[in-house]
Amino acid sequence: MAVPKMRNPLEFIKSDRFTTKEKFRIVRAKIARFLFGFNDRAGFLLRLVIYTLLLCIGFVYLYPMLYMFVTSMQSLEDLLDTSVNWIPSALYTDNYARAYSVMNIRDSLLGSFLIAGAPTIFQVAVAALVGYGFARFDFRFKKLFFVLMIFSFIIPPQILMMPTYRLFSNLELTGSLNAFIVPAALGQGLNSTIFILIFYQFFKQTPQSLYEAAEVDGANQFTCFFRIAVPMAGPAFIIAFLFSFVWYWNETYLTTLYLTSRSNDLTTILLQLQQFDQNFAAMYPVTENSPHRINEGIRMAGTIISVLPLLIIYFFLQRYFVESVDRTGIAGE
Amino acid sequence: MKINRKSMYGYLFISPWLVGFLIFVLWPLIQSFYFSLNNMRITPQGLQFRYVGFNNYLDVWLRDMFFIQELLQFVLHIIVRVPVIVVFALIIAMLLNQKVKFQGAFRTIFFLPVIVVSGPVIDQLISQGATTVPMVNQGVIIGVLTQVFPMWFAQVIGELFNQIITILWYSGVQILIFLAVLQKIDPYLYEAAKIDGASGWECFWKITLPTIKPIILINFVYTLVFLANSSQNTIINLIYMNMFSATRGYGFASAMAWMYAVIIALMLLIIFFVFREKEGPKRARKVKRV
Repeated sequence: MAVPKMRNPLEFIKSDRFTTKEKFRIVRAKIARFLFGFNDRAGFLLRLVIYTLLLCIGFVYLYPMLYMFVTSMQSLEDLLDTSVNWIPSALYTDNYARAYSVMNIRDSLLGSFLIAGAPTIFQVAVAALVGYGFARFDFRFKKLFFVLMIFSFIIPPQILMMPTYRLFSNLELTGSLNAFIVPAALGQGLNSTIFILIFYQFFKQTPQSLYEAAEVDGANQFTCFFRIAVPMAGPAFIIAFLFSFVWYWNETYLTTLYLTSRSNDLTTILLQLQQFDQNFAAMYPVTENSPHRINEGIRMAGTIISVLPLLIIYFFLQRYFVESVDRTGIAGE
Repeated sequence: MKINRKSMYGYLFISPWLVGFLIFVLWPLIQSFYFSLNNMRITPQGLQFRYVGFNNYLDVWLRDMFFIQELLQFVLHIIVRVPVIVVFALIIAMLLNQKVKFQGAFRTIFFLPVIVVSGPVIDQLISQGATTVPMVNQGVIIGVLTQVFPMWFAQVIGELFNQIITILWYSGVQILIFLAVLQKIDPYLYEAAKIDGASGWECFWKITLPTIKPIILINFVYTLVFLANSSQNTIINLIYMNMFSATRGYGFASAMAWMYAVIIALMLLIIFFVFREKEGPKRARKVKRV
């Protein structure tokens, strides 16, 4: 049944074009369309459900962050006071000051940036080279190498951990940045496989005729790579840089293994967070009636400090992170 | 001649990876297997090897008190968590795939944990109880569950609720993978189905699911590998502990790591098997009907 357009509800009710019964039917159809939708338009109810679900899930996702932030702003009195739940009674930043001093921020921040930055540069450069090699050339055993690459991603690192550790300590690599740079420069850094796949996918998509034209003009393969492939792969480089940086930043497994087994100066923020309680106890010894007891507020402040640099990076560059999955080509093509 | 030169360039470009693979994957793999067959002692003169055959493996299964226990826990967790994470990621991706306003903002929120999450941070959050939804009363849930299911199962489910936020936090990458593939499905397919009178429910089962099936497999594998290697995993800590323990040492720890790897490989095989098994017969039936 056709439902006429209705610009002004009041005018529609007053108008004499329809009988009361017809008016009733039209209004009902209108409401039904509004609620349940018709043709392609989703109805109000469906949209309500979708948005409610998304908002609830979004809240659940953000809840730990909010909790972390709120707790870190609370003084001891607020933490103990059960009536103070979400909003601290006063602006209180002593937790941050204390966590700041406990975590030895200047050294650990520098360490984190070194550990995250230096291997990333090598890893990305090598991943681009290898990805290009896989994408552009045909050679024997290419399929086998490709499978081996994916295999090396899937095997649990625990198997390789011990011999690698021994190898590194024989080569005197442990305890220094080299323990991270050397594997990264040989394409075996953290999740290197994923980066190689990103570059592989990217170079596969660039038109082959470009390279052929360059070859006809006498360019060799390295000129092709540096003058054609690299300039075009800008987005892939940005994605690889960001992810590699974040992953190395968040890595604690290898850093614990290679950096803390011998006493040395290189430390990262997350290692500091891991040892937060011990460090705190060493810095503020517990005595009778000591005001300096560790509490959740201080711990959460430490946690916030350790994720803050990443949050800032994510805030400015989230577009690249979020779009990255499309680029890996995992989703088909 | 040209082909030869080209393939030479290919080898040249992948040579860093090849060298790295030999040094940092293949050689350690062989060594690790050799270790696992030996009893190793760290002495002032260096490492001492004593060949013991497969005794280390036997010890892992028969003598170690924690391994089997932790392994059972781990397998149970995987069985419950991996499907929950993948299904949840799919649901969120489908929600986001509707014409939703602020889609970008939601994607940003759902991806945030991938950036932030790391071992110590998660440890801190769990120890503060920030990973449970405060409104859900866990005691009630477990109480109800124990009446219906056996105790161990109820406990697993209860823990699932207890850790619901951590579980959701692990699904960031999977959501984006699903979203990317959902957006690539041809809208004409849906239109044609709608004209033929299919409901949204039928469209989901007949079009969406079969199209994204390979991606579901990828997500299953990704989730499994991710969970298996996460620092929350107690088995990894067990291996790590044994590695530096005075009585056990590298050999025993290597054997344990190998057994762990075998278990994970078995699970991966099961996943592959489940996904292939269902596809085969269905296709055959379709062809017959035509």
